[in-house]
Amino acid sequence: MSILEIVILLPLLAALAVCLGAPARLVSVGSAMVNLGLMLGAATKFKAVAGELAFTSSRVVLDNPSINFAVGMDGTSLILGLLTALVTLAAVWQIADDRPPIYHTASQLIAAGAFGAFLCTDLFFLYAFHELALIPTFLMIALHGRADEAARKAVAWKATLYLGAGSLVLLAGLGWLVLEYSGGQKLTFDLNALRAMAATNPLPAEKQGIIFFVLLLGFGTLVSLFPLHSWAAPAYATAPVPVAMLHAGVLKKFGLYGLIQIALPLLPQGPHVPWVQKALLLMLLGNILVVGFVTIAQKSLDRILGNSSVMHMGYIFLGIAAGTELALRGAVLLMFAHGVSIALLFALAGRLRNQLGTLELAKLGGLASHAPVFAILFAFGAFASIGLPGLANFAGEVLVFLGAFGAEGGTTFGPLQWTVVLALWGVVMSAVYMLRAYRDIFQGSATTGLFMNDPSLFQRLPLILLAAALLIAGCCPWLLLDLLKTAPVP
Amino acid sequence: MPAQETSHAAFPTLLLLLPFLSALVLLLGHRILKGAGVFLSLFSAATCFVVSVLMLGSTNPAETVHLLPFLEIGKFRFAIDALLDQQCRGMLFIVTSIGLLVHIFSLGYMKEDAGRVRFFGALSLFMFSMTGIVLAGNLIMMFIFWELVGVSSYLLIGHWYEKPSAAEASKKAFLTNRIGDFGFMIGILMLFSANHGNVSFAGEDGLRAALTGGTLQHIAQTQGNFMSIAVLCLFMGAVGKSAQFPLHVWLPDAMEGPTPVSALIHAATMVAAGVYMLVRVAFLIEAAPAAAQTIAWIGGITALMAALMATQQNDIKRVLAYSTLSQLGYMVMAVGLFAMQHAGAHQETVPGHPAMFHLYTHAFFKAMLFLGAGAVIYSCHHEQDMWKMGGLMKHMPVTFATFAIGTASLMGVPFVTSGFWSKEAILGVAFEVKGGSPLFWIGVATAMLTAFYMTRLFVVAFLGKPRSDSAHHAVEAPMVMLLPLLVLALLTLVSAVPGVTHLLEAMKPHHAEEHATVMVASIAALLIGAGGGFRLYRARDKDPVSIPLFANKFYFDEIYAVLVRVLQDSLAWIIAGLDRLIVDGLFSRLPAFVARRAGAAARVLQGGHLQAYTFLLGLGVLLVIYVVVFVLPAPGH
Repeated sequence: MSILEIVILLPLLAALAVCLGAPARLVSVGSAMVNLGLMLGAATKFKAVAGELAFTSSRVVLDNPSINFAVGMDGTSLILGLLTALVTLAAVWQIADDRPPIYHTASQLIAAGAFGAFLCTDLFFLYAFHELALIPTFLMIALHGRADEAARKAVAWKATLYLGAGSLVLLAGLGWLVLEYSGGQKLTFDLNALRAMAATNPLPAEKQGIIFFVLLLGFGTLVSLFPLHSWAAPAYATAPVPVAMLHAGVLKKFGLYGLIQIALPLLPQGPHVPWVQKALLLMLLGNILVVGFVTIAQKSLDRILGNSSVMHMGYIFLGIAAGTELALRGAVLLMFAHGVSIALLFALAGRLRNQLGTLELAKLGGLASHAPVFAILFAFGAFASIGLPGLANFAGEVLVFLGAFGAEGGTTFGPLQWTVVLALWGVVMSAVYMLRAYRDIFQGSATTGLFMNDPSLFQRLPLILLAAALLIAGCCPWLLLDLLKTAPVP
Repeated sequence: MPAQETSHAAFPTLLLLLPFLSALVLLLGHRILKGAGVFLSLFSAATCFVVSVLMLGSTNPAETVHLLPFLEIGKFRFAIDALLDQQCRGMLFIVTSIGLLVHIFSLGYMKEDAGRVRFFGALSLFMFSMTGIVLAGNLIMMFIFWELVGVSSYLLIGHWYEKPSAAEASKKAFLTNRIGDFGFMIGILMLFSANHGNVSFAGEDGLRAALTGGTLQHIAQTQGNFMSIAVLCLFMGAVGKSAQFPLHVWLPDAMEGPTPVSALIHAATMVAAGVYMLVRVAFLIEAAPAAAQTIAWIGGITALMAALMATQQNDIKRVLAYSTLSQLGYMVMAVGLFAMQHAGAHQETVPGHPAMFHLYTHAFFKAMLFLGAGAVIYSCHHEQDMWKMGGLMKHMPVTFATFAIGTASLMGVPFVTSGFWSKEAILGVAFEVKGGSPLFWIGVATAMLTAFYMTRLFVVAFLGKPRSDSAHHAVEAPMVMLLPLLVLALLTLVSAVPGVTHLLEAMKPHHAEEHATVMVASIAALLIGAGGGFRLYRARDKDPVSIPLFANKFYFDEIYAVLVRVLQDSLAWIIAGLDRLIVDGLFSRLPAFVARRAGAAARVLQGGHLQAYTFLLGLGVLLVIYVVVFVLPAPGH
């Protein structure tokens, strides 16, 4: 049995145990810890070899069409697996004791789905695990969302429709891809087999472009690609804290993961077909500039964080659009960094709302004097998300910019270069809204805002875990980059 | 070879590691550490000073020392590399010596501050990041530490974050610098792309080599515009960091920070980082004449404009802040002029750059002036309005004497002060360069204004009679604050002496011909300015002159406030509205409407239970998978 199968199975068992009445917190936090340990262990043992996966295992489910429960990982899956383990632990740890056990069940189910999606190498299971993770997400927003019943159901319904529609488009795209590459042979969903076929027998460029675009719309909806983003900000503002952390931090990366691991290797020319490239560049600029401005206009912290999370997806799409080695590695690094930083920020915002009852900037102020540790932790998340060197996001962003701008080399100044220039302005906008939020919440006189205490040491630990991850990955980005030495292989 | 490399790496590693650890420990553990943490910071600053003095003794030619890999992918290397040469060693000496003195001064100045340990932690963070800029061997590394000095400056300006003005000032400084860094990054990307992924200053495929017979030379010759734009983009970074027009607005507000911070960061070192960076890439500016001219003019405009503003300020720190702006303008002007003079020369390292020489003399006397102002503010119970001072000469003789030396040097009293020689070197270049004469006269006018406003400040604050209780009861500052002042006074006096400049090879003056016109013009400017100031302000109780345009800083803040409101906030509001109306309307409300109409017939299925919908969704997904897998004909069978 591969270690990866254990990693996927463990949260499922934990969810089941909690359902059956086992002590929720103990089981949930314990299994998350074991999983983080397993992933770290796997990372130290991991040796990247070009074109090969580590820790593989395959169980035949169906012979024809060929469907296997196959797991395995390359550097990209490993980094996302680490992200999942890290965020899951922080998310279940910070669930307060007075919450019903369904918080733990749902979190563990989402974690299992995410692990499955990132570690399975069979398209059938990869897709199915993602869908598995979506269902508890919707349910938790609808049942335990932070708004009155009608409002939270409307939000959940909207997210359900968007993501459901996106998943269906995605399914169509994947089906088409599988049919095209199996041409005349036995149908297979095995990612490696499909990659091999794509390498020996590539599709014509124009067709690659069309299928890539379908996949882009499908995966893109899941990642809130502009203009299919309207579901995201309200969903994150309403979702219970662990669900917001897990979805924005981890599950949302599935769409990007799919584009990098499935769409790019199988359709290498897809993003370079001129019309596809132009459309993608325009959409990602929508994420960065349009949503950037939308974020500046927000007046409460949850909306700022939700929108900023949508905005920052634009940079990862930029890495995918450029498609160079530098830009793609930057994109993977940025996926990890964004996941950790947004999870930290959502956790902190959740605490803030629980203690003060509001996240409106106008009602807050001077909290750094009451809760200095809280303020420092928030600063870690905020400065990471505006790309301060020394915290993880910077390394990813700068690689994306370098890889995209220098994609053609020389003095070329084409659409990609102009996109980079405009995207760089987004970095200024991020600083505008993040510093404004920090100023309004934490600085100023201690008497202007509501009163709040620092979290206890025990409650701080999961937050410190996330902040430390940002610092370590930011100061030593080679730790993660070395895992990618042979991956993603185009 | 490897053994030798490690011994070379030891010094720069120590310079970066010590303040980094100190910053980490103090900033994260300041509540546990209490007072003891201060000494960690002091120890780190002192050790760094000793190391940089030891490095000064080195006569090794320029060498690049590899420290950390940071980002390495295939042929692309963005490492933490130190480029050790004369410029770097000289600048290290300035940064660590003033840094140490400011640490000592702060022991006294911040004695009773509750956030003292946090303050010293941020100071260490600043020392770490500034050292990184000075050592940087490539543009990416410079950008990394460039951002980090920005954040340490943010922390220090906002040290008293409970004060709304301090909180706003720190935010403004960070954001204004971000705008500059937007350009800086584009410049780096352009050079990265043009030079096939190498943005190191030195080395085989580095920028300098590429410009003398490599890819960049070809580009400079055939695509002058590309080169000029790239250089101007880099310059934008300096415009932000060195507070040049039109991004100068953050520096005067930065005076909200504690005064030792103003001396170290916002006068002597960090704001000079822009100039240092430009001197580092001087060879690129020389290859882009159009850019060189623009740089010279921006510097000239800043120098004159800020000097005009300084004549009408009443806050003692603000006068010095505008004076810093003006002197930075001088340095930037020198960078542009010097590049125009050497256009296309492609010489090896410039032995004496007039901008570096002025940076060096200015660092000492301006740090001293700020610390002197700090001593005055400390003794007058945090009174900063110079019209409420007066007669401090008698109460604070040591501060008075050192302030006098600083003032004389800033005004450029001939032959005996370092400031005279460095200013003279810049005016000399302006005089020699073809087309430099308008800038020469701008320089002379600025020198006159400088003499005027410094005389005003000096006369009003130190001479005459005390004009308030706090000035009346002022006593000399404690020894721990006077010591740094005295050391800086000594450094100011000797910094232009040939023996000392010989030690700091890179800082020695650029030996231009002595022009009689330059000499006469600058002495005349000094006499007119200082004489006028003395006559006008001797024994006054309030300012006899009132020029609202200067006092209100040409209304830049007001204009920018309107721009931000219109271009950013209103635009954001409109776009947010459109996003809700059109995007959300098109992709969710319209389909929802269509679905409602279409679904009217299928109402039976709609129970209104979300759980049911989700279940149906899952069921639907499985159904589609089932159809694809089992129902569609399997090809090949």
